[in-house]
Amino acid sequence: MKEEKQTILSVKNVVMDFKIGGKSPLSKKNTLRALNDITFDLFKGEALAIVGESGCGKSTICKVAMKFYNPTSGTMAFENKDVHKLKAQELKNYRQKVQMIFQDPFSSLNPLHDIYYHLKRPLKLYHPSDKITMKKKMDEYLTLVGLVPPEDQGNKNPHQLSGGQRQRAYLARILSVGAEVIFADEPTSMLDVSIRLGILNLMNKLKRENGKSFVYITHDIATARYFADRIIVLYAGHMVEWGDVNKVIVNPAHPYTKLLISAAPDPEREGFVELPVLKDKESEVTVWTPESKGCPFRSRCPVAQERCSKELPQVREVSDGQFIRCFHNS
Amino acid sequence: MSDLLTVKGLSVDYVTANGGHVRAVDNVSFSIKEGQSFGLAGESGCGKSTIAYSLMRLHRPPALISSGQIIVGGNDIVHMTEKRVQQLRWSEIAMVFQSAMNCLNPVVTMEKQFFEIFRYHGITNDKRVSRKKAEELLSVVGIPAERLKDYPHQYSGGMRQRAVIAMALALRPKLLILDEPTTALDTVVQRDILKCIYDLKKELNFSILFITHDISLMMEFCDTIGIMYAGKIVEQSSSKSILHNPKHPYTYGLKNSFPSLKGEVKYMEGIPGTPLALNAIPVGCRFQDRCFRSCKECFTMEPEISTINDGFFYCHNPLKVG
Amino acid sequence: MFKGDGVYMKKIWNSNIVRFFRNSPKTSIGAILVIIILFLTVGASLFTSIDPTNRFDNEYHSPPSNTHILGTTQLGNDLFSQTLYGGRVSILVGIFAGVLTVFLGIIFGISSGYFGGWYDNLITTIINIIMVVPNIVLLLIVAALIDGVSPFLICIIIGLTSWPWNARVLRAQTMSLRNREFVYSAETLGESKLRIMFVEIMPNMLSIISSAFVSTIIYAITASATLEFIGFGNPLSCTWGIMLFNANKSGALTSGAWWELLGPISGIVLFGAGLTLINFSIDEVSNPKLKAQRIMRAYYKVKKAQAKIIKKLSLNNTRMEG
Repeated sequence: MKEEKQTILSVKNVVMDFKIGGKSPLSKKNTLRALNDITFDLFKGEALAIVGESGCGKSTICKVAMKFYNPTSGTMAFENKDVHKLKAQELKNYRQKVQMIFQDPFSSLNPLHDIYYHLKRPLKLYHPSDKITMKKKMDEYLTLVGLVPPEDQGNKNPHQLSGGQRQRAYLARILSVGAEVIFADEPTSMLDVSIRLGILNLMNKLKRENGKSFVYITHDIATARYFADRIIVLYAGHMVEWGDVNKVIVNPAHPYTKLLISAAPDPEREGFVELPVLKDKESEVTVWTPESKGCPFRSRCPVAQERCSKELPQVREVSDGQFIRCFHNS
Repeated sequence: MSDLLTVKGLSVDYVTANGGHVRAVDNVSFSIKEGQSFGLAGESGCGKSTIAYSLMRLHRPPALISSGQIIVGGNDIVHMTEKRVQQLRWSEIAMVFQSAMNCLNPVVTMEKQFFEIFRYHGITNDKRVSRKKAEELLSVVGIPAERLKDYPHQYSGGMRQRAVIAMALALRPKLLILDEPTTALDTVVQRDILKCIYDLKKELNFSILFITHDISLMMEFCDTIGIMYAGKIVEQSSSKSILHNPKHPYTYGLKNSFPSLKGEVKYMEGIPGTPLALNAIPVGCRFQDRCFRSCKECFTMEPEISTINDGFFYCHNPLKVG
Repeated sequence: MFKGDGVYMKKIWNSNIVRFFRNSPKTSIGAILVIIILFLTVGASLFTSIDPTNRFDNEYHSPPSNTHILGTTQLGNDLFSQTLYGGRVSILVGIFAGVLTVFLGIIFGISSGYFGGWYDNLITTIINIIMVVPNIVLLLIVAALIDGVSPFLICIIIGLTSWPWNARVLRAQTMSLRNREFVYSAETLGESKLRIMFVEIMPNMLSIISSAFVSTIIYAITASATLEFIGFGNPLSCTWGIMLFNANKSGALTSGAWWELLGPISGIVLFGAGLTLINFSIDEVSNPKLKAQRIMRAYYKVKKAQAKIIKKLSLNNTRMEG
């Protein structure tokens, strides 16, 4: 019994290349392929987690979606219109509907302006009305995110709030813009441990009661399982495994997912766990270029074959709603 | 096993602009035995980093040690002369800092940085001998010898942290302090590095003081864990007791802040409220605002120490067994 | 678009500035010096009823007396009123040069730091070219070409040649602020670039801008006095520099008429010193380490005072008992 799922954001075959190298016209420029063939759909009212280590490209997806970069190829469509070709009124509409939460609560709010200012600007830009209505709306949003009493908290400056309260204030700002899709780029990694779940629970509430969709980007698989409905595992800019979050985490099929799960802390575990990974020169994420061939994980994969260094594996459905890119056991 | 480090009643204050002071560490006592790994867990503002820096007297004004003793090898560090403390640093106690880029000189090659350690502590003045020693140390942590000539920014994050560990172990210290060594790194690299440290611990037999906020990671790696809140150690016990049998509500709440990868996904709350600001300490127990088991005494009196088989806790209304 | 933001500007002025001037002795002394000199020069007519251009016959080169507080020049002008009225012009030249410099520095510095790319390269090249030319030499050449410049022209020239240094500092600061998340946040909100630069970024640099403004005033006053002293000013105008020029021409030092130099020199020195003292405190705002030093000094002073009191009390006690 599957309910009708409405696609709100559709990403197809996005490739993102960066030129790195010196600034002068004489220096050699190398091309770094940060994203390779990213394809996913985001449904209304769901939370999609994108998990991977640093350097895998998860923040880049966010930046491409927020139009900081234009993809080298591929499309991102919001309400069936290509995001990177929008102009004027449609662009304004996109900016309103798609917003982002940043990782660092200490610099995502301007230190010189109070919280009311941060909520007033979006209202003025997108929902202008008289002072009283705006104040009422602002207080409503502050109460919704848990910053009570709204009068006191609204008049405070960011440095008077704790990290968790700042993230909540930022969520209130996103609500006042009226966003439907929220990209959360590691929203809790710089917060104290005991308040992380508070923020995630708030995001969950917004998802269930207000119908917002979230793209939750993180390196912490445990919170991805707690909050998200579906998950994508990224490695060196490639989607290596994706699908329903419980299936992927409880029954990982791709060797990299297995590695991530065994590396996550587990207090009940006795003794030391041998990580299922080959020792490469460096145990960090591979750098990918447009000329690279084969599977990006092959140099660290314990079950790599000849094929893996020559061709990129095709997408395979391992079970209902779980997909991987791997030759192993196919 | 004898005690390697004993801390008795240590208090560290931060002097504020109007002449007053804020007590960041309040009357903390613990001891670390030889070959033991002791973990200090807590959130921001609980004072754990302050303790780490004070142990080697690396704290800078406006921080001051206002009372207490830190006894290493029979001598009290708090009252030692600066010269003696400098000799002690690195040769008996060494520290690995949170971000490797914070403690590596970015304009000096790794080879030279090792040479400076050896030269300053009088081990050797010969560059060739120092290079050989450095190569040995780097191979122990898994960095190839030819990387010795590189600058720190040419290393990847995990490699840098391993190089810093090698530098810390250069003089075979008896105690290694790890101040959030892996917070800035990914899980896979993190596990690699911690395994490396523990292998070295087995081989060289030094003690570890492991400071972090990630209590689930700590439970895997440490023998004894001390939980800190608002400048005090509120519970200290073996890691198994903390895992299965926490007594202090804060410990229970901290454990409840880490969703698990196995088992069913259920609603978890963490701990309501925010960590205590140290300039507004309430009367009575410091955890009263956030505690789900607070009773009348909690608002009037500070709890007394209660000892159990392998540790202690401070609580008026602790959790019961099970 | 800037109307509603007058509210926050007022908040800053009200809370920070007043407290800032009361905070440390350095700032208070600096502020007092500056205020006194401004008061004297702006309200010159309150302090002297003598017209500075008025020549008193029979009182050439007379030393300070009751009627002429600072004495008279070789031509019989009263020095006190010359100092006060001349100070108006000198200070105004300094202030306007400061305003012009900072204005150009803000516009070019912030925009090149924010936009980057070819625009940044262009502005940086212009900055580098202008900076290579020594200011005073340029001033001398222009002054020689126009055959004597009025103070107003000096002000413009100083402004046009000093803005590159300011722009460079502001550009660096903008580049570091530009990648902070609140700027990205404003961009994702769809704010206009102009608004982001001048309402979001610029207010965060106010301490650097005010410091640059104060420094430029000091520089401009000195530079204009230098030009006029060398003889490139307008000898008919009345400013501190021209007073020095006249004093030099009339051989004040060799003939022992020290009072001719007292006025302008004390004017320049005291005003410059006052502004520099204020600048030190502005530096403290942007550099917290300096503040920490001040806090520690205050702390040790308090501790010493307390120790003295305790000693006195114990002495009293022994005396009472004895």
